[in-house]
Amino acid sequence: MALPNKPKGELPAVANPEIVEHETDVLIVGGGMSACGAAFEIKKWAPADLKIMLVDKAAMMRSGAVAQGLSAINTYIGENQIENYVKMVRNDLMGVVREDLIYDLGRHVDESVKLFEEWGLPIWKKAEDGSNLDGSKPAPSLRDGGKPVRTGKWQIMINGESYKCIVAEAAKKALGEENIMERIFIVKMLLDKNVPNQIAGAVGFSVRENKVHVFKCKTAMVACGGAVNIFRPRSTGEGKGRAWYPVWNAGSTYTMCAQVGATLTMMENRFTPARFKDGYGPVGAWFLLFKAKVSNGNGEFYAMGDAAKEELKKFMPYGASAITPTCLRNHLMVNEFKEGRGPVYMATDVALNSFLDDMRAAGKDEKEVKKFWKHLESEAWEDFLDMSIGQAGLWAGMNIEPEKIGSEIMPTEPYMLGSHSGCCGIWTSGPDESWVPSIDGPRSHQYKWGYNRMTTVDGLFTAGDGVGASGHKFSSGSHTEGRIVGKQLVRYCRDHADFKPELAQTAAELAAEIYAPVTRYLEHVGASTHQDVNPNYCKPHGLMMRLMKATDEYGGGVATYYMTSGKMLNICLDLLRMLREDAEKMAAGDLHELMRAWENYHRIWCVETHIRHIEFRKESRYPGFYYRSDFPTCDDDNWKAFVNSTFDPQTKEWKCEKVECINIVETEPWI
Amino acid sequence: MPSFVNPEKCDGCKGGDKTACMYICPNDLMVLNVEAMKAYNQEPDACWECYSCVKICPQGAIAVRGYDDFVPMGGQVHPMRSSDSIMWTIKFRNGNIKRFKFPIRTTAEGSANAYSEVKGTNLDDECLAMETALKAPTMIVK
Repeated sequence: MALPNKPKGELPAVANPEIVEHETDVLIVGGGMSACGAAFEIKKWAPADLKIMLVDKAAMMRSGAVAQGLSAINTYIGENQIENYVKMVRNDLMGVVREDLIYDLGRHVDESVKLFEEWGLPIWKKAEDGSNLDGSKPAPSLRDGGKPVRTGKWQIMINGESYKCIVAEAAKKALGEENIMERIFIVKMLLDKNVPNQIAGAVGFSVRENKVHVFKCKTAMVACGGAVNIFRPRSTGEGKGRAWYPVWNAGSTYTMCAQVGATLTMMENRFTPARFKDGYGPVGAWFLLFKAKVSNGNGEFYAMGDAAKEELKKFMPYGASAITPTCLRNHLMVNEFKEGRGPVYMATDVALNSFLDDMRAAGKDEKEVKKFWKHLESEAWEDFLDMSIGQAGLWAGMNIEPEKIGSEIMPTEPYMLGSHSGCCGIWTSGPDESWVPSIDGPRSHQYKWGYNRMTTVDGLFTAGDGVGASGHKFSSGSHTEGRIVGKQLVRYCRDHADFKPELAQTAAELAAEIYAPVTRYLEHVGASTHQDVNPNYCKPHGLMMRLMKATDEYGGGVATYYMTSGKMLNICLDLLRMLREDAEKMAAGDLHELMRAWENYHRIWCVETHIRHIEFRKESRYPGFYYRSDFPTCDDDNWKAFVNSTFDPQTKEWKCEKVECINIVETEPWI
Repeated sequence: MPSFVNPEKCDGCKGGDKTACMYICPNDLMVLNVEAMKAYNQEPDACWECYSCVKICPQGAIAVRGYDDFVPMGGQVHPMRSSDSIMWTIKFRNGNIKRFKFPIRTTAEGSANAYSEVKGTNLDDECLAMETALKAPTMIVK
């Protein structure tokens, strides 16, 4: 560090940012798959004079969880029954899910996938001889009856490097570039001054120029992904950027909605994926497409043994299904590590060579085998290059060729999300259909209240990672959920045509709050010769490390093999309370650092709800994702129920409650 | 480092409206130093190695060096992206090289059909604009 102490970035923040005020009917916060779905759908319902704005923290062509690309679309119903999709999701998430939301998603999702293909996304097809054709080869489209390459029952393979670029292009065209603002980070949703429990706007700032943007709206969708860097990652140096989920997801969706009173659900759920060690490359294709198995350090295929079967019987009916729930698969793996039988390997070498052995056994000559191998090798590498390039970089650096040697896999640090194999999120209304249960009581107990995917706050909608208790949407399902919301936003505006949003705070008051970390920086920067060490403030990076240390050690992170207890959770809550207080002392010298400061506010809140929910639920619902030593079993008799929590913006109090979980799809047979 | 910029190739996008890498980075990491007219990654330990900057750079000035806390040195993964395909070159630490080419798009850039002429019919049912009928669950709980 060279003197003098000065802001780190290229865009220093100033004391008095310009304030820009916007009035719109509809505000879409986020630019990922859900927001693209909403942008595509909404104009098909909106009258010509309806004003719609979409605001993205990044650039839509490469924002959200699909920014890097994907090698598969994990939700495509196709020839299957939607009811069986509901059963699969229900079992994977240990029984406590909103079946109305899952079924509803399943009946719309294929249309999104067909649109992606039409727009130019290459989708692998099965040739007549049973071989796999990549998505650029001539073959009938899905719409025309083309047969996709299934890996599992629900997944299809794609050449998805440009997946997000393609989907964003259609969204931008549909909505119109003039209605889209990029590089604006919305940090707070705002309630109406006069109408109770009604959304009225949002506030954020530009990460490119010193401007605070204040929006007034009648209705809004918040879809900004899940939460990453909330638990200490296994790699704490440069590699902490190699998060499994996108490192820019800061829990903004959950926090911004909770702060205005939206009820959250299943925030105790987390996802702790087992992935290739360090590079966090995907394992799905290895398991499903290449039929690879995992072995422990003794060379035993532990997941297939009698001991594993016995262990799974402890978690019935979930453990009995042919596809073991993701958390229970983790549970078996964690046991191997705890017993000192690591490392755990994905036997990539065995898997790939068995394909070649099969070819030879079928009488193919070496020339044909070689040609087949070139194709197989290419498929194996594409899986990483489409969606987790860092893993390919790790193999290159380690001289790993997967046909020669297996690679270690390991459960990562925990993440919070609602669209993958996790289901934390916001409690929303289901579709207005007769088969959705009607319940008396407050919205936090109901399954439908008029507007599909509306939160318990009037006019506030969410989608994708935002909608709780309904995982396994993935990219296609998130886009679909955005389309559902797109229509509802228009309907809400039509039904509330007379509503004139009014904000409780002035734009100047809001700007002062948003820029508080800058004000603090400018006031105190002279008290030290080091940019990050100052008695009067803390910096966002240090605060994030403090957060991740607290959750890791007390909240069931990798440090304790995901084990925690009531006592440890309460210590964690104490640490988070002080962290929340100290967050008011964060300082930011430049616009990038101001973004990091606000991401931290979001992270702290979001992880606090996580800890509160785990503390409230007196059982271990997701063994392998987390354990409570004081309530170590999955207790269906008492806890096959939702945990919903609501923050009251007036009293600032939290309320956690147990809410009935109602099955819609038959439970006999369970799967 | 994740992504890094070769100063001999970077021209700061000539100080135009958009510095390509800065425009595209999903995590706001790439920035332009206007005096040097060079871009750099301002927060390497927040880099996802998504390669968005590498793929978009018009000068081919950006590459990736593996994370220094777990990747042994010497390997390199580098793409060449066109409008319909991407060619990857993987150089191993031991010098071996592999190349793979994959399709990325089957239509011309900019041709995605937004179906702007389609208008929904009934705002009060659950059908989306391009749907006419919806299923309801049949295997229901008894």
